[in-house]
Amino acid sequence: MINLRKNIVKCLLTIVMIFSISFVTVANENQEEESTKFKPGEFIMHHIYDAHEWNICRVGEIQVYIPLLIIVRSETKGWNVFSSRKFQHGEKSYKGFRLEKKGKYKGKVVEVLDDGITIDSKASLPLDFSITKDVLGVFVSLILMLWVFLSVAKAYVKNRGKAPKGIQSAVEPIILFVRDDIAKQSIGEKQYERFTPFLLTIFFFILINNLAGLIPIFPFGANLTGNITITMVLALFTFFVTNFSGNKHYWKDIFNSSTIPWWLKFPIPLVPIVEILGMFTKPLILMIRLFANMSSGHIIALGFFSLIFVFGEMSVGIGYGVSVLSIAFSIFMTMLDLLISVIQAYVFTLLSAIYFGMATEEH
Amino acid sequence: MELVTPGLGLFFWMVVSFSIVLLLLGKFAWKPILNALKERENSIDDALQSAEKAREEMSHLKADNEQIIKEAKLQREKLIRDAKEVRGKIIEEASVLADKEAKKIIEKAKITIQNEKESAIIEIKNQISLVSIDIAEKLIKQELSKDKKQDDLINNLLEEIKIN
Repeated sequence: MINLRKNIVKCLLTIVMIFSISFVTVANENQEEESTKFKPGEFIMHHIYDAHEWNICRVGEIQVYIPLLIIVRSETKGWNVFSSRKFQHGEKSYKGFRLEKKGKYKGKVVEVLDDGITIDSKASLPLDFSITKDVLGVFVSLILMLWVFLSVAKAYVKNRGKAPKGIQSAVEPIILFVRDDIAKQSIGEKQYERFTPFLLTIFFFILINNLAGLIPIFPFGANLTGNITITMVLALFTFFVTNFSGNKHYWKDIFNSSTIPWWLKFPIPLVPIVEILGMFTKPLILMIRLFANMSSGHIIALGFFSLIFVFGEMSVGIGYGVSVLSIAFSIFMTMLDLLISVIQAYVFTLLSAIYFGMATEEH
Repeated sequence: MELVTPGLGLFFWMVVSFSIVLLLLGKFAWKPILNALKERENSIDDALQSAEKAREEMSHLKADNEQIIKEAKLQREKLIRDAKEVRGKIIEEASVLADKEAKKIIEKAKITIQNEKESAIIEIKNQISLVSIDIAEKLIKQELSKDKKQDDLINNLLEEIKIN
């Protein structure tokens, strides 16, 4: 146990060292009256969206954050790699790039003219391959998975044939659940072994990130599974695995199913069109379900928090009064999210397994 | 709109890093873990099966034992019955034989007695003739004196030789 804790601390320290925490005084002079007002919409979306810097907290005037790596490519300036600290939260431009604070391109890196303020209207948005908050979150969760499961695998090799121990016994029931209740049930005895590694990986990735999204402390708290890009990639993986492992029967069912009357296939191939659409709607649904579930949970929980500040601005007393209710509701929502985290990981994996089962079904 | 617009950079990094981790975990984590789990399940299955087998064998052995004991009991009963039969037979045979022997002996004894009797009668007859001759002799010698005396003498003599 002590060893494990030591390892975690070491891991955290390394990450912190790499990105070197910065303490920057927030420029306060130019702030207008309007901008100091609390805007719940912005506050919530700020937590939902990806970002080029990882805010940790604000102590008085000091903003504690982790600057992230900006990697952009523009047609005129080529590849540029630098720290997001150079932007000073969008106050300054660097190498002809600027982090937009508002408007259409809010939160994006844009190309600016020589004066450092005006957006270069002729240039398109630069290609942004930055290590953003979400990319870092992906890395953190993947490193965590690698570390956990490689050590578990080592334990399995060491304790060959014996009862599981330590972290091994914590993940074994989940592994068995995914293998027996998801893979074996949906794909079938014969084929399930091929797909189990993939199903285990997506299950743990989604579960870990769903739960990490609920932890508001660095290096967790990035809203990964509530980000449509992440869910899109996961759904695409399922899509490609399904269609690459599809057997003759699967393709025949799509293009020329023998169970439907001929006039549904000729002269207008109605059913084949629907089936082909279905090929794409299945992963699309996977993508949207996970994304919508996770982001809505976050939005509602944050909404309750926002109430505190909205009422607090009216009167401090009401703010305190509402805070009790808000926190109670937030706790309830977080509990619900905890449940949803597990259910969504299960549903995504189960549906993927069912699609694999459909693709490899034999008759 | 930004909420539902996939970002290129994140997409790229996610695809790359997720693919790498998928391969790494597949090769170095899931494979040994799933293999070890399967192996363990198989060994548990085997152990259960062999236990079941052993139990079956045990019950077989028990049944065998009972069979053996039963057979032994039957054997013993049969032996005892046979022995009883043999004993009866022997006794019967012995008694029959003894009977026969006894009869034979008695027969022999009877014959011997008969023979002895006959020879004794012959002897007596011989004796009688001798005695009668003697008497006759003595009578003749004493024929003189008195008739009375003679009669007495004869009577006495006769008395003397009266045997049968």
